[in-house]
Amino acid sequence: MNLRGIINISFIGLKTNKTRSALTMLGIIIGISAVIIIMSVGAGAQSLILSQIEKVGSNLLSVMPGNASDDGPPAAAFGITVTTLKYEDGLAIARQVPEVLAATSFVRGIETLSWQNQKLDTTFVGTTASYLDIEDTAVINGHFFSEQEEKGISRVAVLGFQAAKELFEDEDPIGHKIKIKRESFEVIGVMKERGTVAFESVDEHVFIPLKTAQKLLLGINHVSLIRAKIDNSQNMEIATEAINQVIRDRHSIKNPKEDDFEVRNQAEALEMLTMITDALKFFLAAIAAISLLVGGIGIMNIMYVSVTERTKEIGLRKAVGATKQNLLSQFLIEAIIITILGGITGILFGSIFSGAVAMVANYLGYSWNYVVTPSSVIVGFVVSCAIGLIFGYFPAKKAAKLDPIEALRHE
Amino acid sequence: MGKSLIKVTDLKKEFITDEVVTKVLHGIDLEISMGEFVAIMGPSGSGKSTLMHIFGFLDRLSSGNFLYKDKETKDFDEDKLAEIRNKEVGFVFQSFFLLPKTTVLENVKLPLVYSSQGVSDEKAKKALKAVSLEHRLEHFSNQLSGGEKQRVAIARALVNDPDIIFADEPTGNLDSKSGDQVMEILEKLNASGKTIILVTHEQDTANHAERIIKLRDGRAVSDSKVTSRRSTSNGKLVK
Repeated sequence: MNLRGIINISFIGLKTNKTRSALTMLGIIIGISAVIIIMSVGAGAQSLILSQIEKVGSNLLSVMPGNASDDGPPAAAFGITVTTLKYEDGLAIARQVPEVLAATSFVRGIETLSWQNQKLDTTFVGTTASYLDIEDTAVINGHFFSEQEEKGISRVAVLGFQAAKELFEDEDPIGHKIKIKRESFEVIGVMKERGTVAFESVDEHVFIPLKTAQKLLLGINHVSLIRAKIDNSQNMEIATEAINQVIRDRHSIKNPKEDDFEVRNQAEALEMLTMITDALKFFLAAIAAISLLVGGIGIMNIMYVSVTERTKEIGLRKAVGATKQNLLSQFLIEAIIITILGGITGILFGSIFSGAVAMVANYLGYSWNYVVTPSSVIVGFVVSCAIGLIFGYFPAKKAAKLDPIEALRHE
Repeated sequence: MGKSLIKVTDLKKEFITDEVVTKVLHGIDLEISMGEFVAIMGPSGSGKSTLMHIFGFLDRLSSGNFLYKDKETKDFDEDKLAEIRNKEVGFVFQSFFLLPKTTVLENVKLPLVYSSQGVSDEKAKKALKAVSLEHRLEHFSNQLSGGEKQRVAIARALVNDPDIIFADEPTGNLDSKSGDQVMEILEKLNASGKTIILVTHEQDTANHAERIIKLRDGRAVSDSKVTSRRSTSNGKLVK
């Protein structure tokens, strides 16, 4: 058998029906590019989600109020306010757990900020002076509130980068008085620009001392979150247990099942998110793969039509000495050429499209990785070959089995 | 008499379609030698095409014996048949069977694709020269006249230098001038040593052969030498 000759006639066969070949190819192009796009965009979205969480800071444990029964989400996730967690719990954690470098408490609310005629609806965050030790951020202008200011219920505010810009434009905000809910605050600092963190635009937040927020703005005495920074990633579990113990003692809880708080590990959350996003990614890729299946069936359909239409040609080929094997090869190669060309086009198109998505996302300020892994390219290529082989086989076999006389007589 | 090429005894062929048995050939005995120019004649339904298909290894007989070059053909498997069709036999059909949207050269090269000797343009060009179409290499098959198409088909049949050329009503779709050209080529090929087996129902065409076998209802009813052989090189055909 002369393989080069057969590949050549397969090409001629495809060229004779250009439109049909191209349309058949389209199914594979769509399928392969869908898989490539979903894998790539999925990986990009995953990197975005993970980086958002990582941006908060590393080696963090979060203490949330409310009992997470059976590993479910904390009550706060359902909008239920649980008031069991107190500022003093945070202090105790920082004092009593040796692995904890620093701990800070949070409360938050939404209010209108105003300065002169400028107004800004935004989130105010009440926190402690140790905030800067916990989260991965800094003050670029002025200073963050001190422990004294925090404990003295001072009316001071540190503006997020964007909040300062929107309220004061080009003017230096330090020393100016702004109003939050008709209470007057002195601006003492501006935070550095961070972009979105955990999908919140923290640059628009305003930070004020915890007690000030509790008493002046919210009228509460509980906190909604305590965050603790641990000295070493190896110590996360020990620290979790120690924090559990400290708060149980403080809340007089004997049975861990009656916990009115929940300690969450950021690393664990990341792992879980990776798992979820992976599952989503592969689930979507599986759906995209269905379009490949449809494309494959399209190829089989067209190849059957082609075999019927070219019955005479098949008869002639047999008459001039083509064996069953030759014809099987020819039609299989035709199918494989379609799928390989479709596959390559699909890989290129998918890569370009994912690249465009990554570019747009990065332009919008998200950290979006553009990943087209060699493995997904190889899988795309191998799958297209396999589709050609599998779905081309039966029509090719039909062609090979045709009786030359019947084929030549075919009208 | 040359060496025996085809020898059949009591050759029978029946077709079975939907449990209906149609007997086409009812026991044919005949022998064709190397280098002969034989015409098989008969009205439609007489079995002449079927006989040619069996001789050309496109079809198998139902019973009887078929010796090809003194060898029993019963044991030839499909690949062997394909090999004989490729190397030792060339076909020319009434309706040409050229590949559409394909050049003359590619059409002629087709049998080479299936031969072990490899595809060469040279062989194809040589075959096209033998039918005086060497100037039409890159033309597409649909750009040719009927006569030219049939000459391309002859070149295709010749390209692997076969021993036998089977021509099934080769002039059936042609005007008389083109038909003459085709017959002239076949005569020349016969003169150069090729065995030609021609199937036709036209006496004029059959008269180009040196021997005419007449079939009727699946039986050979006559087998005779042509006394006044028509040759396009000697004189014009009389309608």
